[in-house]
Amino acid sequence: MIEVIAAFLAWAGIWVLNTRLANGPASNTRAVQLLVPVLFGVTILVVWELVVRGLNVPMVILPAPTSIAATIGESVPTLWNDFVQTFVKGALSGFAIGVAAAFVVAIFVDRSEFLSRGLVPVANFLAALPIVGTAPILVMWYGYDWQSKAAVVVAMVFFPMLVNISAGLQETTPMQRDQMKTWAASYWQAFWKLRLPAAMPFLFNGLKICSTLALIGAIVAEFFGSPLSGMGFRISVSVGRLSLDMVWAEIFVAALAGSLFYGVIALVEQWVTFWHPSQRKGR
Amino acid sequence: MINKIGPVLAVLAVIIGLWYLACMPMNIRLALDTAERQGAVITPEGRVNRQEHSAIGLVIKNPQHVAGIWSQKKPRLPAPHQVVAELWRTTMEVKPTSKRSLVLHGWVTLSATGLGFIIGSLSGVLLAIGIVHNRAMDMSVMPWAIASQTIPILAIAPMIIVVLASVGLQGLIPKALISAYLSFFPVVVGMVKGLRSPSHMDLDLMQTWSATRSQIFWKLRMPASAPYLFASLKIGVASSLVGTIVAELPAGGGQGLGARLLSGSYYGQTVQIWAALFATAILAAALVALIGGIEKGVLKRMGLAG
Repeated sequence: MIEVIAAFLAWAGIWVLNTRLANGPASNTRAVQLLVPVLFGVTILVVWELVVRGLNVPMVILPAPTSIAATIGESVPTLWNDFVQTFVKGALSGFAIGVAAAFVVAIFVDRSEFLSRGLVPVANFLAALPIVGTAPILVMWYGYDWQSKAAVVVAMVFFPMLVNISAGLQETTPMQRDQMKTWAASYWQAFWKLRLPAAMPFLFNGLKICSTLALIGAIVAEFFGSPLSGMGFRISVSVGRLSLDMVWAEIFVAALAGSLFYGVIALVEQWVTFWHPSQRKGR
Repeated sequence: MINKIGPVLAVLAVIIGLWYLACMPMNIRLALDTAERQGAVITPEGRVNRQEHSAIGLVIKNPQHVAGIWSQKKPRLPAPHQVVAELWRTTMEVKPTSKRSLVLHGWVTLSATGLGFIIGSLSGVLLAIGIVHNRAMDMSVMPWAIASQTIPILAIAPMIIVVLASVGLQGLIPKALISAYLSFFPVVVGMVKGLRSPSHMDLDLMQTWSATRSQIFWKLRMPASAPYLFASLKIGVASSLVGTIVAELPAGGGQGLGARLLSGSYYGQTVQIWAALFATAILAAALVALIGGIEKGVLKRMGLAG
């Protein structure tokens, strides 16, 4: 019981501190803007730990953060193996293929009025559908190894990317395109020097959306069959054995991989689209 | 109208045509094996010999057996008309209470999605209101709400199902919780953006009229957020449906379109998988269209529709 009260006190204490920090004089400095969410995250971990211990919540319902951390520490090789199988082999390769294919098709769409009126509405429609559902079919076609996971990722990534890239390629104003014409620029010159740079913010927006989709696709596809490693495989096996600390460890790895993937894309975006208003520093 | 629909129809026709063509190499091996077992003469004799040949080569060498390719029982790739026939059979000809009826499975999925979507979007709107009015909440919760969108939350769906089942919760509620969770964050992020969309000028005007905080909220912020709210509701309802379907996967023998997908993949019933897949697509499209329709009506009455 003492732990539960301590949890409550910790929550209240950090909340007061956070309110002070957020409304205080230093609230616009970078340090405070980082500190406040970190403190909030720490509160959740502390409260979680204390409540689990205080109420003796059984392991099969919710393991404490410390025991999850212990599991992560013990099973680094397994987690690394699963990470390579799911993320590097399945998600990344599928992501690359899907984005490249969408890019090529988007150029065709850009060149042909007919395709842009016919294919883009279809792609828009398909992008809103639950494409994860194709996972059982693709696993049946491409076998249990990473190829089928990559195929699911390609299917999930392709349509959002196509929609975003072709919207981006339409982004230039008529004036800019006329300017290119007066300089007698060929299609490809105008493409590389005007339309592609103008499409970059859209392209990166699509890449960011798809980074999450890729990981989801690779993990969910493993629920339909996989070799003896992979994050989705480990999650479904551990759930069956009720060893939830392992499940949480995999979730931690998935969260870490997802945020890092997103972060890398955001960094490249900053570097490529430095000219875009959304990247300006200081307000 | 013709100008708009014409190209779309043409593209759809090409896709369906390619689909029929793709059936030939995908299903030819099975068709030839069955034909040979019934005594027909196939050019490369024996199943093993055919393994080395490419599927397209087999189609060219055995044109007389191509006809059966579009009507197999368990094809690798069912033809479009087979899927449509299965959809028709399992929705119209089977009693809606039967276990084989897609209406039943669709309803199970739809009810979990609907409940989850309502819970998720309502709590998303509430959290967004809190975030807009409380700076401490904004600074501590908002970065996590954005970061959580980069995390494959869907992966924990089966775990939540099993955990809640061990506590004794089964059926609708656990699935609804997952779909609520998935629609929650898009709504929070969109709604915060929407509630912040009034300009300084508008807010200053409210101040000069000495409006209270709640008056500013109801008369300025809330109406201004409507377009943002609907945009994120559309994303939210689509991801709610995905959440429900993935949540139904661990409940293999159970009900729902996700369970139907999994049982189809266990027993190699490809036509059943494709029919379930199309049912989810139709459901998703209907849900998004429903929200779009409400959006149109509401924005029109508010004088915001273009």
